[in-house]
Amino acid sequence: MAGVKTFKRAAQYLTLCLYLVFLGFPLVWLLSISFKEPREMVELHPTLIPKHPTFQNYVTAFTEQDLARSALNSLIVASASAALTVLLALPAAYSLVRFKTRLSTITLGWVLVSQLFPFVLLVIPLFLILREAGLTNTRFGLILVYVTWSLPFALWMLQGFVRGIPRELEEAASVDGASRLQVLRRVVAPLLAPGLVATSLFAFISAWNEFFFALVLLKSPELATLPVTLARFVGVEGIARLGPLAAGSLLATLPSLVFFAVLQKRLAEGSLAGAVKG
Amino acid sequence: MERSPVNINRRSLLALPGLVASAALLAACGDDDKPETTGPVKLRFLSLAWQKESLAANKQIVDDWNKANPDIQIEYVQGDWNSVHDQLLTSFEGGDAADIIHYESAALGEFAKQGYLADLGSLLPADFKAEISDKVWQTVTVDGKVVGVPFLLESQVVLANKKLLDAAGITVPAANAPWTWDEFAANAKKLTKPGQYGVAWALKSPTNRVMNLALNYDGAFFYEEGGKWTVKVGDAEKAVPQRIHDMIYVDKSGSPEALAFGGTDPLPGFFGGKYAMLPGSIYLRQQMVEQAPKDFEWVTLPALKGTSQNQAANPQTISISADSKGKAQAMKFIANFLNATNLAKLAHGDWLVPTGKAAGAQLVQSTQGKQGWDVAVASADTLVQAPFQRAAGYSEWKSKIATPALQQYFANKISIDQLAKTLEEGGKQVLK
Repeated sequence: MAGVKTFKRAAQYLTLCLYLVFLGFPLVWLLSISFKEPREMVELHPTLIPKHPTFQNYVTAFTEQDLARSALNSLIVASASAALTVLLALPAAYSLVRFKTRLSTITLGWVLVSQLFPFVLLVIPLFLILREAGLTNTRFGLILVYVTWSLPFALWMLQGFVRGIPRELEEAASVDGASRLQVLRRVVAPLLAPGLVATSLFAFISAWNEFFFALVLLKSPELATLPVTLARFVGVEGIARLGPLAAGSLLATLPSLVFFAVLQKRLAEGSLAGAVKG
Repeated sequence: MERSPVNINRRSLLALPGLVASAALLAACGDDDKPETTGPVKLRFLSLAWQKESLAANKQIVDDWNKANPDIQIEYVQGDWNSVHDQLLTSFEGGDAADIIHYESAALGEFAKQGYLADLGSLLPADFKAEISDKVWQTVTVDGKVVGVPFLLESQVVLANKKLLDAAGITVPAANAPWTWDEFAANAKKLTKPGQYGVAWALKSPTNRVMNLALNYDGAFFYEEGGKWTVKVGDAEKAVPQRIHDMIYVDKSGSPEALAFGGTDPLPGFFGGKYAMLPGSIYLRQQMVEQAPKDFEWVTLPALKGTSQNQAANPQTISISADSKGKAQAMKFIANFLNATNLAKLAHGDWLVPTGKAAGAQLVQSTQGKQGWDVAVASADTLVQAPFQRAAGYSEWKSKIATPALQQYFANKISIDQLAKTLEEGGKQVLK
């Protein structure tokens, strides 16, 4: 029996390792390409470890295109979008779940229906509205668009988390003399942490990766976000300058990874806390 | 669960005429009349240059202009080829398009018909106009209006491994003595041996290439009768696809695996000696210079000849937005941007063919015709406007009918007659 158990465990770890390799390989390949010379990229038998490693692709990516400034723009826009989305979605989600009226049902229905509209329908009207408001070619205009885009889904996501918190917990705290604000701060907020983390991750990554609105709304080169700047390494018929593109893309994934690495701990902690108390 | 508002689909965007019309109305309501400015202006130039040398040349020309012309300042904005169509459509509808726009002739018709592009006919300096051939001007003329200045051309040539040609005793043809398709097929056969194919036809997206090369035998595919377009596939249209097919399946000199390749995918095999010849765009020469192993010797063979060397011309263009307040100033900039010296620099940066005759001559002189520049510049004379470029509905026919049918034919799953029938029937469905 012990042998079977060991075998099963080994098979589980092997499967997990294979899955990790499957997930990680594109990133490893990107890393490899980013250190290769142009000639090495088109070898008939490519190697994972570059034969003549070079930093030239990173130098080109940073000097030819202003990647650092684009990264800063992306960081500002994505962080602000995530913060604003959560700030607006949190009270709305709580109200929708805890204060049930006919209106809240209609609102949730509308939020769902709004998800059915394809993005393409919104492009030109949004562009016109922002232009009339003088918000094209501004980061703030782009942040507003991203918040508008993320808010319905964030609201839907958060209300699911709020619904998962037993009302009895809040009532018990009230019976023990806690004020409404204390209930929200000491009981609801800790249990909602995973929901807030998941929502902000969603809003951040959506904004960080978004390309088309950033391309259309921001005319000045100094306002360009990372996806727009990286697209400049791609030319006609899918031909790309692979080296600088790989170097830039690799750097572009780092903030998302860091953001996720920091927040996923809170995500796990929150889930655990909820499970014990629930 | 993540939703990302990226990758707008061009066709779906275009499939929204109602929305576009209402948006245009909205835009029109908010727009004032835009009189031409005579004082100092700042104009936005949307450029699609992306290659290192080309980008540097573009920026240098703009910088020099800005220093010399304080009253006409140009703001250089770099766009990208893959999203420029959607970007332009949105910004035209929103009334916020760049003043000076870099794009390609095939895409201008749609924008011109909606009135987004200025007619440059009266603005063009006469000497500038004379530099470019009438055949090329035709590609940017829509309903009698000149809606762009053509400046860079692309042609299809053949790149070859010089050492393998020498080993097989094959002489490189001169720029003015191209191989016929028969000679090409015979030489591809000579170059084929175990582990080595004579040719790699990268045909992942076969339609444009077949349409272009079919002109070698006057294969027009699209015929206009009484204002209505029809697709006809006769012997002239069948000649090129059949020859390519036979090289792969009859002569076995063409690599079957290469059929699934895109433009630059065969390069590792080409550099590794697996393929001796590589038909492709003239800009592939850049990859030769930048990526070929140091001891790799390559040559550019002239475009192949059927009854002619004709190919379709789809030049890159510079247009002026109809909404621009400084059209005359924009044209002054364009005339400078595309003068012979600058045009030669831009063509060199992109490894493409300049439309201007003087620029072509300068380029051949400065490069001494090396790296295939003699062949490249000579190929400009063979480029003509093709019927498919004027046919409304070509784009839909290409994606829905022609590409899948040609892929099946080149995979040897259907016969040439079945291909012809599919293309013609598809034409009837799409070109209503």
